[in-house]
Amino acid sequence: MIKLVKYVIIDILRSKVIFAYTLFLLATSLSIFSLEDNPAKGLLSMLNIILIIVPLVSLIFSTIYMYNASEFIHLLVSQPLKRTQILIGLYAGICISLLIAFTVGAAVPVLLLEGSATAYIMSFAGLALTSVFVSLAILSSVITRDKAKGIGMALLMWLYFSLLYDGLLLLLMFQFSDYPLEKPMLVFCALNPVDLARVLILLKMDISALMGYTGAIFNQFFGTNAGIISAASIMLLWIILPLLIAVKKFNKKDL
Amino acid sequence: MIIANEITKTFGKLKALNKVSLTLSKGETISLIGSNASGKTTFIKCLLGMVIPDTGTISFNNQNILNTWQYRSSIGYMPQIAHYPDNMNIGQIFDMLHDLRKQSATDADTELITSFGLNRFMNKSMRTLSGGTRQKVSAAIAFLFHPQVLILDEPTAGLDPLSSELLKEKIRKEKEQGKLILITSHILSDLDDLVTQVIYLQEGEIIFHKNISQLRSETNEEKLSRVIAAIMKNNNSQND
Repeated sequence: MIKLVKYVIIDILRSKVIFAYTLFLLATSLSIFSLEDNPAKGLLSMLNIILIIVPLVSLIFSTIYMYNASEFIHLLVSQPLKRTQILIGLYAGICISLLIAFTVGAAVPVLLLEGSATAYIMSFAGLALTSVFVSLAILSSVITRDKAKGIGMALLMWLYFSLLYDGLLLLLMFQFSDYPLEKPMLVFCALNPVDLARVLILLKMDISALMGYTGAIFNQFFGTNAGIISAASIMLLWIILPLLIAVKKFNKKDL
Repeated sequence: MIIANEITKTFGKLKALNKVSLTLSKGETISLIGSNASGKTTFIKCLLGMVIPDTGTISFNNQNILNTWQYRSSIGYMPQIAHYPDNMNIGQIFDMLHDLRKQSATDADTELITSFGLNRFMNKSMRTLSGGTRQKVSAAIAFLFHPQVLILDEPTAGLDPLSSELLKEKIRKEKEQGKLILITSHILSDLDDLVTQVIYLQEGEIIFHKNISQLRSETNEEKLSRVIAAIMKNNNSQND
């Protein structure tokens, strides 16, 4: 399996898309920090890149890669290899390549130019989001046989997690504004990896005061070690669960 | 060597295979013939575990292949259409397979690589290869690990006459070593002198599975294509 991972990484790192992605991240992070004299503001701009661009690229790139690799997967399946190993190997290969791109393009510049705790959290959030969305992309490519449908599904997932979910949450909050919603909000946040990442980063930025009472509750929960650990484990669940379902489906799939 | 027992596979409403039972034994070179969409490729994919049958069992050397993967180390498979990672070159593909199979490159069967002249292309990336060259790579991969069973899906489609002759030569050699070879092909004349048994599939059902000598004496024809044509004619006249 490790060998498969190695070859997938060799294949992906040579593709122009991953190179362009790295270059794009590098250019944005460098320009943001050189244009902005207030590093906190720079971090806020980086936050939007990480919360929007990183999931989008991870999803679309992985889905397309999986579909383009379908005949290659056939070849692998006809070899004496376990299907579970094949899928996890592909996941690990794609994921590690994208993580390398993110590390070179965003994490390293951010940490070098702004080595605060926020920068660390932001880098980890970006790495976690990459892993989560590659896992979701693998799931969507295993479920649907049709390439257009699979990419459409990946795009829908991105739209849902980045935009629709927050809208629905806002609607819910207005509808039930007479009730104390702080604790349920905590749960709802955990149900969306993008929101979870956003809250974790914002809390570190000392602007949680702007979020009112909910912000205080969040701070009380995520500010503690137990909070950080539970946030990390929820992220881990977001990586493992889709992958597990994908492996189950893939083992029964007709190729 | 391979025993299939009442395999049924449906894709939606389409019955791709309907209660197919076959015994494929060692040393035979079997031609799997049938019109388009008759279930040839589905059957092959069932053998390889790529398609999981709805009902029925397949055993390889007396072991049920369901949910196992080790048996595939003794199968060499050449798919109909092959694609490989775009950014890898041919050499890396071979290296990868050696790596994945945990078999060293020294005892690999590289005869086809040399006879196809693939050595010259080792540094060419897969993206730039023509369909025929890709087909040659697939063929070389199928023979690479001295498999006991060879499954070749339309092996000569897309190959030029010279390469197709080289491939046939290689198949003949393997046949003489007593391996089980399963070939599907539309081009009947290609296989004339190689085949020892013929399986004829139609709409997911086996019409017959007979020795070539038996077929020849039944139809009084020498050439395989004529034999098949005679049988199809008989079938049609019976149906009328």
